[in-house]
Amino acid sequence: MSAAASRATTEAPFIRWLLIGLALAWLVLLLGLPLAAVFAEALRDGWAAFRAAIVTPDALAAIRLTLIVAAISVPLNTLFGLAASWAIAKFEFTGKSLLITLIDLPFSVSPVVSGLIFVLIFGAQGVFGEWFIDHDIKVIFAVPGIVLATVFITFPFVARELIPLMQEQGRSDEEAALSLGANGWQTFWHVTLPNIRWGLLYGVLLCNARAMGEFGAVSVVSGHIRGETNTMPLHVEILYNEYDFVGAFAVASLLAGLALVTLALKTALEWRFDLGNKGARH
Amino acid sequence: MTQTSPPLPAGRRRARARKARSVLPGFGLSLGLTVGWLTLIVLIPLSTLFWKTAGLGFDRFLEVGFSPRALAAYRLSLTTAALAGLANAAAGLLVAWVLVRYSFPAKRLIGAAVDLPFALPTAVAGIALTTLFTPNGWVGRYLDPLGIKVAFTPLGITIALVFIGLPFVVRQVEPVLADLGRDVEEAAATLGASRWQTFVRVILPSLAPALLTGFALAFARGVGEYGSVIFISGNMPGKTEIAPLLIVTQLEQFAYASATAIAMILMAASFALLLLINLLQAYSRRHEA
Repeated sequence: MSAAASRATTEAPFIRWLLIGLALAWLVLLLGLPLAAVFAEALRDGWAAFRAAIVTPDALAAIRLTLIVAAISVPLNTLFGLAASWAIAKFEFTGKSLLITLIDLPFSVSPVVSGLIFVLIFGAQGVFGEWFIDHDIKVIFAVPGIVLATVFITFPFVARELIPLMQEQGRSDEEAALSLGANGWQTFWHVTLPNIRWGLLYGVLLCNARAMGEFGAVSVVSGHIRGETNTMPLHVEILYNEYDFVGAFAVASLLAGLALVTLALKTALEWRFDLGNKGARH
Repeated sequence: MTQTSPPLPAGRRRARARKARSVLPGFGLSLGLTVGWLTLIVLIPLSTLFWKTAGLGFDRFLEVGFSPRALAAYRLSLTTAALAGLANAAAGLLVAWVLVRYSFPAKRLIGAAVDLPFALPTAVAGIALTTLFTPNGWVGRYLDPLGIKVAFTPLGITIALVFIGLPFVVRQVEPVLADLGRDVEEAAATLGASRWQTFVRVILPSLAPALLTGFALAFARGVGEYGSVIFISGNMPGKTEIAPLLIVTQLEQFAYASATAIAMILMAASFALLLLINLLQAYSRRHEA
């Protein structure tokens, strides 16, 4: 592009730096300040207070529960994502676009509504409520309900990363493997999985971040029993409402740390493998 | 192109479909797993809401779903989400423009940071924003003397929703802006348009579908948002009580009927928005080519 042409399609340096300044000021105000506030409040009374807030039995129980919930729901939705993307990307069938829309549904439902539907099914007044009470099985206000709500909320994450990726890659690699005598599982393990591994990791990463950070849906089904059904975000809420700000922000800073690690890994994957630049879809 | 040879693509598609059935294995297994899991986790639970709402009867549904308190909550949720969406449309366009068109230090890092609201748990965002905007917070202490109250007002709710909705518009506009050819801008300049005229008459119309989609996504997210809002909103019935919070308070009082009705109305609204977003995206895809 000649100098004259580039002058015609860009702005004067003064306007350019003004716009850059405005955009950066906006991002610092909106993103930087809240993030800084989390860590500043957590460390307000020093490292000892921070450490003390993390190692309370209730906080540790909340961390443990959050890890358990993620350890169950992420693998389940990863398996689902692999199955869904294999069916959708490798085969033609009627109703495919409807299926894709239905997979995305949990993203467009309010977290509170996502929790409510499980209360309506499993709660004491619910569809199966009496049966569960008779058999002494607790779903709502117990760990199974939290897992169910989390699985619902994180349902689409892996699938929607893998579907476009596998569609783009097509079928020729798998067809080649099969024609060379590999069976279906061998083809999947040795051909498909290596092809999609970075996209899969990307999806799992986002799924995990949401599973550990989900608040609304889990809050509705958990019952907020300290040390038993409180995940980390719920524990943050309880401490905050009790004016234990250092405690609340200490646990919150762990979650913020998780978010930062997730962002860093996600960005590294995007830069390295050119993934995930297909627009905001969350 | 398709007009000159219509039968060919269709025939090729059929051939490929036949090949798919014969060569790659696992179709039944993977589709079965997908549909089964989808039905169990998503479709049956969601249909319970329809079923329970139907069980209320029409009059009862209207009574509890559109009570004065519920109406105030819808109004608040819709207006704050719309205002936040508008703010994000303007600021998101600016951020996307700067990220795509200009180079400056740490640009990639800043581009990556835009996704922070997606990654940060909503409760963490909620307490952080509240702490910033209370009268003795880092930001609130400067606004309070000016008489601007943020925490525990609709303004606070809007700010929380602006935070949550930030990435949507940026991530929608960025790729479209990057693909936009400079040739039309050169043509406009050659024809004597000023830079501002080119932006308003040439660039903005091309970005409109992406902007609108980003707005709709941010709006939809804002209407259903809970975690980041409830700390800063103050939660006064009729004044600062958003619709998702009203569902929770009804549930805590064992008022299942009104919780169900309000949830149904909220879900119907988000499905309508989802449909609109899909239509918008189909429209912009058609016009990209």
